[in-house]
Amino acid sequence: MTINQKEVQHIAKLARLYLEPEEIEKMGKGLSLILDYFNLLEKVDTSNVKVDFDNKQKNLFLKQITREDFVVEADNTKEIMKLIPEKEDHFIKVKSILDK
Amino acid sequence: MELLNLTIKQLHKKLLGKEISAVELTKVFLSQINKIDKNINAFLDVFKESAISQAERADKRISERQEISLLTGIPMALKDNILLKGEKCTAASKILENYIAPYDATCVKKLKEAGAVFLGKTNLDEFAMGSSTENSAFKITHNPQDLTRVPGGSSGGSAAAVKANECVFALGSDTGGSIRQPASLCGTVGFKPTYGAVSRYGLIAFASSLDQIGPLTKNVEDAEIVFNLIKGKDKKDSTSVELDSRKSDFSLKNIKIGLPKEYLQEGINPKVEKTIKDFIKRIEKQGLNVQEISLPHTKYAIPCYFLISSCEASANLSRYDGIKYGKSNMKEKELNILDTYLKTRGQGFGDEVKRRIMLGTYALSSGYYDTYYLKAEKIRTLIKQDFENAFKKIDIILTPTSPFTAFKIGEKVENALSMYLADAFTTPSSLAGLPALSMPCGKIENLPVGLQIIGKSFAEDEIFKIASFFEKIITNN
Repeated sequence: MTINQKEVQHIAKLARLYLEPEEIEKMGKGLSLILDYFNLLEKVDTSNVKVDFDNKQKNLFLKQITREDFVVEADNTKEIMKLIPEKEDHFIKVKSILDK
Repeated sequence: MELLNLTIKQLHKKLLGKEISAVELTKVFLSQINKIDKNINAFLDVFKESAISQAERADKRISERQEISLLTGIPMALKDNILLKGEKCTAASKILENYIAPYDATCVKKLKEAGAVFLGKTNLDEFAMGSSTENSAFKITHNPQDLTRVPGGSSGGSAAAVKANECVFALGSDTGGSIRQPASLCGTVGFKPTYGAVSRYGLIAFASSLDQIGPLTKNVEDAEIVFNLIKGKDKKDSTSVELDSRKSDFSLKNIKIGLPKEYLQEGINPKVEKTIKDFIKRIEKQGLNVQEISLPHTKYAIPCYFLISSCEASANLSRYDGIKYGKSNMKEKELNILDTYLKTRGQGFGDEVKRRIMLGTYALSSGYYDTYYLKAEKIRTLIKQDFENAFKKIDIILTPTSPFTAFKIGEKVENALSMYLADAFTTPSSLAGLPALSMPCGKIENLPVGLQIIGKSFAEDEIFKIASFFEKIITNN
């Protein structure tokens, strides 16, 4: 299993990670080694195995956990607002999504 | 100073008897940190002033005999991925270098209510990803037992701080072994509760189907005391559950212990294997019934764990976008929105975190989901079934915690895969959600060897009972 540089760049973009050119090469080699080892899993017959989050089967541990949707007063809005890198009044600034 | 070695109950007695005040006790630990942490590097942040004022409040409670708990006035440390309001919480990452926690984690709230004293925040592998604490963006922690070696990870700062007597106890987090493995490598007790036993509200998320908070302590009794305080249902963590306070009918006389053969096969240091086997002989002499069992899917736990945890991490860490908090390139006007994300995250995350995000993104990407993610989840079911089958015949499982003792700083850092194998014995019980405790059971050339005790879901009381019994055997030797 080898992951070439083009694939690394594609995944990096999906993951929203900028990688330096030397990082791309290192990442490709590193991931290929790891995935080679992980191919060990192919040996296991899982044709009749269900997974925990398969909601078609009865599962003791799986149930919907919901709560009522209601408004509660937060006492730490100032602290949270202080953490925002770019803001105006009480608005969070984001970059424009459409090209100008 | 002798005070530094004492356990929670021993110190509690001294505090109640006014042999020492909480302020004096806190100063003893602060001076120990001041004296030795330059060699250990367990702490990322030390709260000299607020610790003293917390201790003053504890003294007031004690002298007024009001709301005193076992932890009132007890100085402790917190892994730096658990939020303490008003203090920095970095997860040892540059991306959160200046993040100030705007609220308390639920376990912190409970510790504050009990009157515990927060000495500081401890070092970890960035976002708890690693087994040596070398992945911290800020410093390398040294194993107090041998300064040229790693303390294990990712809760390496917490384990080292407890071992070096820089605090009475510490909290850590465990996703695939991050409490138990450093406890094993440093020679402390480390306990990972059953998935759901402790609220994760205020723990910086890594892999949400696995993460648990737990204590690192000097002995088994302390681990039980801290666990009993932080456990329980929290409406802010929908995966947390109320534990019934049932007294199990568990008696040491009739207990059946399982020793899985797969943990004593390839990949283990023969000296570690011998230490564990010698210990088993000793408990057999005490009349305990030990039988060999098989957990056939053990060898698949590493790939299974790293796939699942990396997939979950790639989703959990998408929140670090430079817009809401944390490191940000928003101020660079020439960057468009995509480049802002790319640069903030590319510069903010370290190598290992990037590798895990890439691995997870790849395994979840179109065309690979069934091959990797779904396959790993199916094998997780098989690993869980291995334990369920074993627990039909036996009550508790013993294994080594780590295949080897503490390794040299730098030894495994260049080879990610060899570092991953450090978690071979701790990931299976994590994937099954089971409670597990690591305690020291011997030494090889001055380096501690950890024994792992794995119990049934929510049977933490059984683990503590047997671990206390083992502790007596070990200390009486």
